[in-house]
Amino acid sequence: MFRVIASKMIVPNMHLLTLAAPAVAREAKPGQFVILRAEEEGERVPLSLSDWDAQSGTITVVFMSIGSTTGRLALLAPGASIPTVVGPLGNATEIENYGTVVCVCGCYGIGSIFPIARALKRKGNRVITIMEARSSYLFYWEERLEAVSDKIIHITRDGTKGHRGHAGRLPEILRGLEEPVDRIIANGCTFLMKRTSDETRPLGIKTMVSLNPIMIDGTGMCGVCRVTVGSVTRFACVHGPDFDAHQVDWEELLQRRKTYMPEEVVPLRTSRCEERHLRSQEGKS
Amino acid sequence: MPKQPPEVRRYNFNEVALGYSAESAVEEAKRCIQCKKPLCVPMCPVEINIPGFIKCIAESDFIGAVRILKDKNCLPAVCGRVCPQEEQCEKTCVFHKKGGQIAIGRLERFLADWEAEQRELEMPVILPSSGRKVAIVGGGPAGLTVAGDLIKLGHKVTVFEALHRMGGVLIYGIPEFRLPKVIVTREVEYLRTLGVELVTDFVVGKTRTIDSILEEFDAVFVGSGAGLPWFMEIPGENLNGVYSANEYLTRLNLMKGFLFPKYHTPVKSHRRVAVVGGGNVAMDCARSALRLGAESRIIYRRSREELPARLEEVENAEEEGVIFDFLTLPLRYIGDENGWVKAIECQKMELGEPDASGRRKPIPIEGSEVIYPLDAVVCAIGNSPNPLIGATTPGLKIGKKGNIEADEKTGATSREKIWAGGDVVTGAATVILAMGAGRFAARSIHEYLCSL
Repeated sequence: MFRVIASKMIVPNMHLLTLAAPAVAREAKPGQFVILRAEEEGERVPLSLSDWDAQSGTITVVFMSIGSTTGRLALLAPGASIPTVVGPLGNATEIENYGTVVCVCGCYGIGSIFPIARALKRKGNRVITIMEARSSYLFYWEERLEAVSDKIIHITRDGTKGHRGHAGRLPEILRGLEEPVDRIIANGCTFLMKRTSDETRPLGIKTMVSLNPIMIDGTGMCGVCRVTVGSVTRFACVHGPDFDAHQVDWEELLQRRKTYMPEEVVPLRTSRCEERHLRSQEGKS
Repeated sequence: MPKQPPEVRRYNFNEVALGYSAESAVEEAKRCIQCKKPLCVPMCPVEINIPGFIKCIAESDFIGAVRILKDKNCLPAVCGRVCPQEEQCEKTCVFHKKGGQIAIGRLERFLADWEAEQRELEMPVILPSSGRKVAIVGGGPAGLTVAGDLIKLGHKVTVFEALHRMGGVLIYGIPEFRLPKVIVTREVEYLRTLGVELVTDFVVGKTRTIDSILEEFDAVFVGSGAGLPWFMEIPGENLNGVYSANEYLTRLNLMKGFLFPKYHTPVKSHRRVAVVGGGNVAMDCARSALRLGAESRIIYRRSREELPARLEEVENAEEEGVIFDFLTLPLRYIGDENGWVKAIECQKMELGEPDASGRRKPIPIEGSEVIYPLDAVVCAIGNSPNPLIGATTPGLKIGKKGNIEADEKTGATSREKIWAGGDVVTGAATVILAMGAGRFAARSIHEYLCSL
């Protein structure tokens, strides 16, 4: 069992979970992920690592409460335990001294890009972080990102902070930097990464994304996470999760991610009272 | 052996075969003529003293029989159910010619189940501690066999499993109706009581490398299996509704998706499912689809005679109502406007000359293309070894097919202190062959540990 050290909602619907997982914390690298199970009957969900501390043996993930499992994870209190934390899985994000790197992030990607930006900075890159959200109140970890970035730029859908709009504003923001950009790394929802990719392709800037398809085992065994990259089928869990954005078949990824959309909310409609009732019935038989 | 009737079992996930009663087991055992030079034993990959345990059953000495059985096999309830006995021990039985071979597998299963019903398990003799430590990578049949053998010899054993439950393919792959998971759990728990340390949620190669493990352990056995699914690489394979057999079976077996939403992993209710392939895994998928309420068909490019699946499983599938389309090769999957598979286009085949495998080679018949409507496809055409260990263990020799190269007799690899066996060495094979490889490797590891 893996103990919950900290659990809180950092902005509406966005949750932070710190877990005791010493073996994972010891090996974790930027861009990797873990698979969690919230309870014994639970499904396996992949979440990107947002931070870790090898010394205290803890890892931190940031996620949006969106379906039944993330809903359950969000309700965990410090001191509780969950049955599965396995990782670190996937390949680490390539970190070199590229020159100037723009990190584009939104949603849970603000959390997962933090260790990437930190590692890029340590390698001597000039790091420019572009944060995107629907509104200013949805930004989090701004101080942490400021500490590892040379510059922070905000985009909000409602214009309450920084540029008004979404990732579609990237070309003019990048032009406004008045300096060459050597690489772009985007973390966040599929839409943000796809739009970033669409906008940077004509600019010819190498763009890396961390893909988020459905997974089960996370070790290459089930193949549900297959994505088409450069017209070849790859498994995001073992060949990724990072891929060259301009090679990704985004339509296919968006469509595959929808596979279980109707079912994802079914357990939410089943009240826990009912579950407990079923269990007590089983005990009797 | 009594079975659930087909019209009943096709709607449930309960075990199909119901097992012998004590009376019928004794009766069957009494038919064995106790050959002086038994031909069954050399056919057993784990060298069970078959006439020995059958003699005890005939004398109603079930405890004695269990003792003999468990001396060589730490997973008898599993082997009694999924071993291809018709290709092994039962094939060489002197009664085989007349079709009256002793039902060795059923007797093995009876004994294991009988023992589980007893109040107290008899514990085997465990040798005094050697002070040596062995790490096992993968909690499947190969790894569990090595663990069972080495713990009895007095070594300290730790098994590292990537998934959240021990058992490997026994847990994630083979369905409940063929191998109930309580049986796997029971056999795993037996190893725990013997003192084997079982660590789940631990991906060797990711959570910790083999070299790091070797700083703490005297030897490592790799039994990480063949877990990388193959696809046919035909158009439309990434449409929604196209699964690998591993995904389809893992959702149902490991994650218990057939009990959704009590278990949270979703499973789709499909109406028409096609399973591509003709092995045991294909039969498992097709029969699972049936139980989930779908019309279920097997699409296989050769004929019934060439099916690699066990005859017993093919017959079970036929009885339950699985449709077989032989001499049929999928060409492409056709999707609807939302990216869901809605049909499969196939080509009819005819059999030509025998190929390298000795089976007659299927040749396409031009102009024979047919389209079947469906809403799910399961691709059950095989797996190759997971590359994770090879990629993270410098100096470990990897073969052309991604398999770890290991000595057939000892399991020794190109690296000192590292042994390997089971599907990761041979490519996808059977549970019992993996166990046999584990047995040989355990012997070699024991010799090595004694020489230290």
